[in-house]
Amino acid sequence: MYQLSSVTQTYERRGQIVTALDNADLTIPDNDFIAIVGPSGSGKTTLLSVLGGMLAPSTGDVMLDGQSLYDLSVEERTALRGQKIGFVFQSFNLISWLTARENVQIPLMLSGKTAKQQEERAMEMLDRVGLSDRTDHRPSEMSQGQQQRVALARTLANDPQIILADEPTGNLDSETRQQVMNYLNEFHQDGRTIVMVTHDADTAAFAHRTIRLVAGVTHEVSMARAA
Amino acid sequence: MKLRHLIWKELWQRPTPMLTSLLAVTLGVTALVAIQNITVFSERKIAGDMESLGANVLVLPPSVTLQDYYGADMHGHTMPEEYVTRLALARLPGVENLAPKLCVEADVDTIPVTLTGILPKSEFQAKASWQGLGMLGNAVGSDRGCCATAADTGQADNDPNSLATTRTIAELGDRDVILGRDLASQLGAKTGDTLPLLGEDFTVLTVLPSTGTIDDGRMFAHLHSVQDLSGAGPVVNVIEIMACCEDAAGGLITNLSAELPETRIVTIAQVVQTQVAVNGLMSRLSWVFLSILLLVGGASIASVMYANVTERRKEIGTLMAIGASRNFVTQMFLGKAAILGLAGGAAGFIVGTIVAAVLGPQLLGIHVRPMPMLLGVGMASATIVAVVASLLPARRAAGLDPCLVFNDA
Ligand SMILES: Nc1ncnc2c1ncn2[C@@H]1O[C@H](COP(=O)(O)OP(=O)(O)OP(=O)(O)O)[C@@H](O)[C@H]1O
Ligand SMILES: [Mg+2]
Repeated sequence: MYQLSSVTQTYERRGQIVTALDNADLTIPDNDFIAIVGPSGSGKTTLLSVLGGMLAPSTGDVMLDGQSLYDLSVEERTALRGQKIGFVFQSFNLISWLTARENVQIPLMLSGKTAKQQEERAMEMLDRVGLSDRTDHRPSEMSQGQQQRVALARTLANDPQIILADEPTGNLDSETRQQVMNYLNEFHQDGRTIVMVTHDADTAAFAHRTIRLVAGVTHEVSMARAA
Repeated sequence: MKLRHLIWKELWQRPTPMLTSLLAVTLGVTALVAIQNITVFSERKIAGDMESLGANVLVLPPSVTLQDYYGADMHGHTMPEEYVTRLALARLPGVENLAPKLCVEADVDTIPVTLTGILPKSEFQAKASWQGLGMLGNAVGSDRGCCATAADTGQADNDPNSLATTRTIAELGDRDVILGRDLASQLGAKTGDTLPLLGEDFTVLTVLPSTGTIDDGRMFAHLHSVQDLSGAGPVVNVIEIMACCEDAAGGLITNLSAELPETRIVTIAQVVQTQVAVNGLMSRLSWVFLSILLLVGGASIASVMYANVTERRKEIGTLMAIGASRNFVTQMFLGKAAILGLAGGAAGFIVGTIVAAVLGPQLLGIHVRPMPMLLGVGMASATIVAVVASLLPARRAAGLDPCLVFNDA
């Protein structure tokens, strides 16, 4: 469960102050599925970075499960991220010189699993996203949809409680988009909290809740039903 | 999968810039290893020469300068053979034996060879005037050259192979020839074969065991045969005097100079002096080369590492987003640097050793062997340079903002 109170994030570039998040208050209960929408530059990615423990806000508090995220050291936050938070990126961010299985193994390696554990878990996760026949392929040898599914398997490897997704379907056509969203929906049904930034109304429709960001200010839009 | 697998896989993605950046470091180690190797073995050879020949003295025509004792006769200048008789008659104390030499170029079946005329001891015995010189019963010039004991005399001396160790031989026929090991294999000749030389047929008396000196590459025949057949007349290039060490240190040189004022008298210590000085200089220079090339190498590794960090920004951000600590990222780059350094050091050692093995015999007539100590020094210095040069790039990588993963291209 996230609790953001009066979170403001400002950037200073060339003497100009940009307010990316303006006094945002937001509570995200466990097992929520939330879509963040809004025009370009409205602060969606900034919000996701703050939630992910990667960007300390200029002012305000971010609580995760009762723990003030930014009172932790950088190393502690990194470790916490490895355990609790999974990311899904618009451009997948797979490591191009590693195979699908090795990509999924990375978070497992980082959390100190043995080689055997890593391999077993990676195979299990790739199987889950329907790619057990592609484990030794490199990203460049796979379609966009397959790459995003490898990324989903990687996200899931350490069984995170929270998944933060920035435009997860932004680079996909409508069919694979549907597929990826079905997986995210499944992950939500497993009990995970999902925060997803999207431009796309159809994608947003998968979420329970939609937050609209305009110039760094959050607006609760609606309480949608899960598709 | 472990960190080292990750480093290893990434390294082989685009190895070229990394390996090229190693070039200077590898060259530095190569220079160090090659030069050190040669100087160390040259030093050992000098020490060996000093030990086995330390007391010996060379009588040379004036104006000859020497760098190699074993090449003392290969300078083309001559002096009358009559000096040998003069020395023998002078009965200088401390003189154990005399070995005059004349060196000429000849051909065996169009293969150019260096033919050296030597005088067997039987020749001295034939000359009554030399009796009583006190040298005939002794094995001469062997070991430390200190006045030989009775135990050294006898059979060994009658073996033609004694030429390799004691530098003298008891018997040698008019048409006998003795081959150095390398020359024998070059000519494909063995004991008992007949070789055409200077228009006459010579019989191979023996093939000498390998000595590691230029003697391995030449052939020996009777001095007077060489003089006659080459038309050189009664001259020699050098007279080697096997001396007792105590006497060589003392008055022998003075006595010799007095006896043969028209010659140059040289001791082993004087022969090797130049080489010792050159060795010292080269050894110091090799460290200078190493330092300069390591500096250059360090700079090029640093710049390639910086480029590597820049081109992998997104990858590093992603790793950090999924839980890689700064420490992990630092280790990823320093580990890579260490692998490169070890590889560069090892490569430099191998190349340097090969260079030394090729140049050693050519430049100084010495055989070198790999020196494991230099492998350690080379790998350590290359690794330290690579790692130190990568400290700042690794720090930059570890300091990257993980938020950059969201900046989609
Ligand atoms: N590192 C940064 N330095 C300076 N300004 C920044 C930085 N990151 C974001 N901004 C600014 O903050 C504001 C919010 O950016 P953010 O990336 O959160 O928007 P967004 O809603 O994700 O936009 P998009 O839909 O285009 O991805 C923008 O005006 C942007 O220019
Ligand atoms: Mg964005």
